[in-house]
Amino acid sequence: MDPVIWFFLLGVLAGVMRSDLRMPKAVYELLSMLLLLTIGLKGGVELAQQPIGRLVPQVLAVASIGLIVPLVVFAAIRALSSVERADAASLAAHYGSVSVATYAVGVSFLATRGVPFDGQLPLFLVILEVPAIMVGIVLAKGLSAGSNWGAVAHEVFLGKSIVLLLGGLVIGALTGPEGIEPLEPLFFDLFKGVLALFLLEMGLIAAGQAGALRRRAVLVIVTGLVTPVPAATLGIAIGHLIGLNLGGMTLLGVLAGSASYIAAPAAIRIAVPDANPSLSLSASLGITFPFNIFIGVPLYFEIARWLSGAGAGA
Amino acid sequence: MDTTHKKLLTIITEAVLEPRLIDLVREMGATGYTVTEARGSGSRGVRSAGWMHNGNVRLEVICTDEVAVKITEHLRAHFYADYAMVSFVIDVGVLRADKF
Repeated sequence: MDPVIWFFLLGVLAGVMRSDLRMPKAVYELLSMLLLLTIGLKGGVELAQQPIGRLVPQVLAVASIGLIVPLVVFAAIRALSSVERADAASLAAHYGSVSVATYAVGVSFLATRGVPFDGQLPLFLVILEVPAIMVGIVLAKGLSAGSNWGAVAHEVFLGKSIVLLLGGLVIGALTGPEGIEPLEPLFFDLFKGVLALFLLEMGLIAAGQAGALRRRAVLVIVTGLVTPVPAATLGIAIGHLIGLNLGGMTLLGVLAGSASYIAAPAAIRIAVPDANPSLSLSASLGITFPFNIFIGVPLYFEIARWLSGAGAGA
Repeated sequence: MDTTHKKLLTIITEAVLEPRLIDLVREMGATGYTVTEARGSGSRGVRSAGWMHNGNVRLEVICTDEVAVKITEHLRAHFYADYAMVSFVIDVGVLRADKF
């Protein structure tokens, strides 16, 4: 098991046993900034060496994941349960959008095995973050809801994750591999250590979210466990179609199978106030995030390996 | 001490609403406001501020009676149903009446 995962377990244990362990908010903010910038910079450096023309169809294919996943999740939840429209739409937005921490665990997993991945993945991360949130809002409110689109757009596009990821991408692309060298000790060499500390806090938060699970526990657990694998498989298949390598397919699967817990909750809280925020958050943080880092990531790697092997054999 | 009567309106609510409420109190005629981070527990459960979206803010506005009434009525109509929110108004005496 990847050593960083142990830190998540430690956080969960400390949270469940009500330890006084608590990460200062400013430290958590700094760690998440470092992770976002690292992911952006790494992608920017590699993206600079690729032809832009090849990217356009890939970006469109990836964006389609952000439309398909929330629509299917919404339809399935509405068909199979008695959940209100707003709550189903909120879950759809969370599951269509992505989790940066899960992606980082995927990157760490591939690094441990020495598997390279395509440079455009961080760009895909940015692309997948937004559309599902918009789909969720439209599912809940309709197009002409008179809802506060300005505030929502501000929340979605100028949220710190998009700003730092895109900023990192651009800085990385402008400076290139040599220019970035002086920054490597902070951003690249410390990546696993930063991720370990971040996951410690995630463990504490996840323990709190799972503990808050009371109403609709069955729905939350079932949604949290059933959604990731089919969504990830769709991501891996699309990764295969657009010609990503094994690492790239795995990470696109990780992205598609992950659920947002930063961008989506904030935007949905503003745009769909009648949705119960703890429902989506306990599903995405309390159930899906742990599922993905323990079972999902290695499983998606195996699916991607099987699919790329099958493709090569045919 | 020569003080003028004003209202102190305090709103304790979800951190996510901070920008909207600031715009709101400005539009309603308040000349200033103070925001502090807060945590606590109420009918919507513990709001621990353990991380960003679970936090509360405490927004304080010193204003005239009319502005305080306008703001609280707007809050009741638009926010009380869906958000964790408590607001209350108390009488205060201020030294520089023209400031508020």
